[in-house]
Amino acid sequence: MGAPLPTVGIRGRVSLLAAIAAAVAIAVPTASSPAKAAPLSRGELRWLSRVTFGIDSATLARYRTIGREKFLDEQLHPPADDPPRLLAAIAALQVSRQTAQARIAANRAEQQRIAALAAETDKQQARTALNQAGGQVVYETAKRHLMRALASPSQLREQLTWFWMNHFSVFSGKANVRWTLAEYEERAVRAHALGRFSDLVLATATAPAMLEYLDNAQSAAGRINENYARELMELHTLGVSGGASGSTYTQTDVQELARVLTGVGLNLTDAAPRLPPNQQALYVRAGLFEFNPARHDFGTKTVLGHTIAGRGLPEVEEAIVLLCRQPATARFISFKLATYFVADAPPPALVEKMARTFLKTDGSIAAVLREMFLDRSLIAALDVPEPTLEKFKDPLQFVVSSMRLAYDGKWITNHHPAVNWLQQLGEPLYGRVTPDGYPLTEAGWSSSGQLVRRFEIARAIGSGNAGLFNEDDNTPGPGTGFPMLGSRVFFDAIDPALSARTREAFGRASSQQEWNMLLLASPDWMQR
Amino acid sequence: MGITRRNLLKAALVGVAHPLLPVRGIVSQAFAAPGAADAKFLLVFLRGGYDAANVVIPIGSDFYYEVRPTIAIPKPDAANSNAAVPLARANDAADWGLHPALAESMLPLWRRGHLGFVPFAGTSDLTRSHFETQDSIESGMPVSPAGGQRTYGSGFLNRLAAALDAEAAPVAFTDGLPMVMAGDVVVPNVSLKGTGKPPFDERQMDLLAGMYAGTRFQPLISEGFALRKTVAEQAEMMAQGGTPGEMQAANRNALTARGFELEARRMAGLMKEKFNIGFIDVGGWDTHVNQGGAQGQLANLLASLGDGLAAFADQMGPAWNQTVVCVLSEFGRTFRENGTRGTDHGHGSVHWILGGGISGGRVAGEQVAVTPQTLNQNRDFPVLTEYRSMLAGIFRRIYSLDSARLARIFPNAASVDLGLL
Repeated sequence: MGAPLPTVGIRGRVSLLAAIAAAVAIAVPTASSPAKAAPLSRGELRWLSRVTFGIDSATLARYRTIGREKFLDEQLHPPADDPPRLLAAIAALQVSRQTAQARIAANRAEQQRIAALAAETDKQQARTALNQAGGQVVYETAKRHLMRALASPSQLREQLTWFWMNHFSVFSGKANVRWTLAEYEERAVRAHALGRFSDLVLATATAPAMLEYLDNAQSAAGRINENYARELMELHTLGVSGGASGSTYTQTDVQELARVLTGVGLNLTDAAPRLPPNQQALYVRAGLFEFNPARHDFGTKTVLGHTIAGRGLPEVEEAIVLLCRQPATARFISFKLATYFVADAPPPALVEKMARTFLKTDGSIAAVLREMFLDRSLIAALDVPEPTLEKFKDPLQFVVSSMRLAYDGKWITNHHPAVNWLQQLGEPLYGRVTPDGYPLTEAGWSSSGQLVRRFEIARAIGSGNAGLFNEDDNTPGPGTGFPMLGSRVFFDAIDPALSARTREAFGRASSQQEWNMLLLASPDWMQR
Repeated sequence: MGITRRNLLKAALVGVAHPLLPVRGIVSQAFAAPGAADAKFLLVFLRGGYDAANVVIPIGSDFYYEVRPTIAIPKPDAANSNAAVPLARANDAADWGLHPALAESMLPLWRRGHLGFVPFAGTSDLTRSHFETQDSIESGMPVSPAGGQRTYGSGFLNRLAAALDAEAAPVAFTDGLPMVMAGDVVVPNVSLKGTGKPPFDERQMDLLAGMYAGTRFQPLISEGFALRKTVAEQAEMMAQGGTPGEMQAANRNALTARGFELEARRMAGLMKEKFNIGFIDVGGWDTHVNQGGAQGQLANLLASLGDGLAAFADQMGPAWNQTVVCVLSEFGRTFRENGTRGTDHGHGSVHWILGGGISGGRVAGEQVAVTPQTLNQNRDFPVLTEYRSMLAGIFRRIYSLDSARLARIFPNAASVDLGLL
C-alpha cells in the first residue's frame, strides 16, 4: 500500500475516514500511467537525492534518459547559463541590477544625508528605511539562491554554491557585508563552485565580504590582525592544527601568513591613497578591492617552512597555492565534502581516495566529486535496505527537497515563506555569525524543538500553498490549493523505498493534505 | 523506576488529564533533598554586548559625564524623571545609579533585596568579537592567554545538567539549541515567541510519533511534543488569567503582556512546573549608533527587559524564593561614547543576579573608581570578577556542588562568593 488514501475497501478502515476521504475528493494518482518506466531502486533514489537537492520529474526523466554516469557528468560540467525563465527572473532582481560598489556609494551618500538632517525623528525614520533597504538586499540574495536551488537543472552547482558559502562563511549582519554579499556569492563562490579549489580560495581571499567579515581589511604592517590568516588555515584549507586532517601549522605560521596578507583590503571610497613613486606600480584596485602597498609588510616570510619573498600582492597567491597543495588540505576538504554528501562519518577509504584525486588534479573539485559519486562501494552501500551511509537532511535540504517534490516544476514567486522556514530551523542563509559555518552533521539539526518545527513546515507545505505563489510583497497570487504529493515521482522513486511504519501512518491519513504532511514529516524523507 | 525528566515528559505525553498538577506532585517527592532539587537557575544572555555603564551608572565619576556628552544619564535628581536612580541603602552615599527606564520594574526587587549587580564582571577573552566572546562564554572554558584555540565543544549549562544528573531538567527557550546547552545531555528547546497554540492534535501526534517508533529520533519527538503541549496548555491557562498550580487570585498583566514580558511569564510557568535550568537570549544590544540616553534605543530595550524580569519573578510565585536568575552579556562597551552617539565593543560588563532568596540590594564584587587610569587599555571597564568564578560560586551555593563537580563545569575556575546568596 502507500498510495494516498486508496479506495476505502482496500483498507477497510473506519467509516469516518471514508467519509472524509470522499468529501475531499482525493485524486488518486494511478500507478499505471502510460509509458511507465521501471521504478528507481532504493540505491538510485538515495544517490539522486544527494547529487541533487531532491528529485522532481525533470531530474527523474533526465536520469532515465542518459543514465547515472552521464547524468553526473552533466551535473559536474553544467552549462554556464540556467534556462531562460530562471535567468530572466534573476536578471529582474534589484540585486542583479546594481553593483556592490554602487550600493556602498548609495549607502554612504544616504548616511551623509541622514547626518545632516535636523530633526531627530526624520533621522530615525531615514535610518529605519536604510536598514530595510539593507535587509531587502539580503532577502533578494537569498531569493536568488533559493530560486536556483529549487529550479536550476544544475543542481550540483547550486548545492556546491551553498556548501562553499558555508565553508567560506560570512555573516550578513557584520559591517557592510550585506551590500557586498550578492557579488561574493555570485563571483567569488558560485563561479568557482565546481572549479579549482585554489581559485576558489583566492577569489574569497580578495572578496570585499570576506575581507571585511574576517577583518583582514583592518590588518596592516605593524598593526596586524590575525583573524583571517588563522581562519584561512584552520577553517578554509588545512583544518585545525593537530586535527584529523594531519595539519600541523604553528602560531608562527599564522603570524607569518598574516604578514603576507597585510595591505589586502578594501577601499569604499572613490579616492586612491597617496603613495610614494616606488609603490605606485604595486597598487591594485578592482571595484571595492584594494591592495595598498603602504599597508603591506615587504619583509621575507616563512609559511609552513616555505620562504616567500616580500613583493606585494603576488605573495598572497603564492601562499594560497602553497596551502591548497598540502595533503592536509586535500584530506580536510575531501572529508568535508564526503560529510556533506555521503555520511556524518564517511568511510575513511573513500576520503583517502578523494584526497589522492584532489592532490593529483591540483584541487579539481569536479574530479574529486566524480571520484566520490561513482565510487562502487558507495553505490553498493546506498542500495542495501538499512543503509550504512545515512545522511540526515540539513534544514535547507529539507525545505528545498520538500518544495521540489510538492511543487514539482511549478514557478514559485514568493520566497519569504522559505526564508522564514530556514530561520525557524536555525539555518538562515548568510545568518551564521561564527566563521565555522553551519554544522553538516545530524546532531546539529535534530534537537527536539527542531524536529517538531520540521513537522509544522511539512504541514505548511503539504496542506496549502503557504503563500509561495503570492507576489513577493505578499499580494495574493493565483489560488493553487494544496499540492498532490502522491505523484508519478512519488510512485516511481519514493514509494518503493518507504518503511512499513510510514506506510502504516499513510493508511491512517484523513485527508490528502494530511497524507502530504506525513510524507514530508516521515523519517524516510528526513534522510537524503 | 527512577524519576527522570524523560519519564516526566513521557507521563505528560501519554495524556494525564491535567499534566501540570500530577507532575508537580511527582517532582516534590522525587526532589526530596532540599536545596539542589528545588533550586532553579535561569540564564538570560543579552546578545550584542549591552552598554553596562549606562545601566548601572558610576554617578560619582566626573570622568563618566565628561566622556559621554550626549548619552550620559543625568545625576540623581528626584525632580527629574530622566535622572539616574541612586542604588544605595538608606543613608549611604550612592556610587552607582540605575537607568531610569528600569526604575519601575527593578527598583521594587532591589529594595526587597531580590536584585544585585556585579560590576567589572566578564571574561578574560579580549577579542572584542561578538561571536568569539559569546562562544567562549557559553562554552565556559578557560581562555588561553594566546587567544588561540577556540572551544566548540559543550556548553557550561549542559555540563551543569550532567553534574546534577537525574535532578537536572534543562530547557532552552530558543529556536535552536544554543552553544551553552550543547553537549552530552539531551536538552529540549522551544521558542516562546509564537502563539503557543499546540502544533498538532492528539491523533496527528500519534500518527507522526508512530512513524518514528523504534528510531533514534523517537525520544526526541516525544520530548518535543510533550514540551509543545505543555507550552500550549500553559499559554491557554495564562490567557484565561489563571495561574497553573497556584491559588493566586489575580495574574497581573496576563492578558496585556507583550513581547519579552509575555515570553518571560510563559517561561516562568514552565520553569515553575517542569524545568530547573533555563536559558533565554535577548538581542539588540549592539548600540554603535544613536543608543540614546534616558530615552531612546537602549532605554526601550531596558524597559522591555525589566518588565520581563519583573514579570518572571511575579509569575514564579513561591518558587521565586528558590530561583536564581543571572543576566549577562558578552562584553561591555567603550567607556567613551563614539562619534555616532553610540558606543563600541568594550570589555568589562555588569552582571545582574536576581532571586527571591538572595541578599541583594547591593552592588557586589571588587570595584574601582572609574578613571582613565583604571580603564582597561584606556578604553573600557576592566574585568575584576570573572564570570566563571562568579557562576561557580552560585552553583556551589544553590546546588551544593563539591569542587570536583564544579571543576567539570568550569575547569580551572576558583569559585568566588560575592555574598549575594
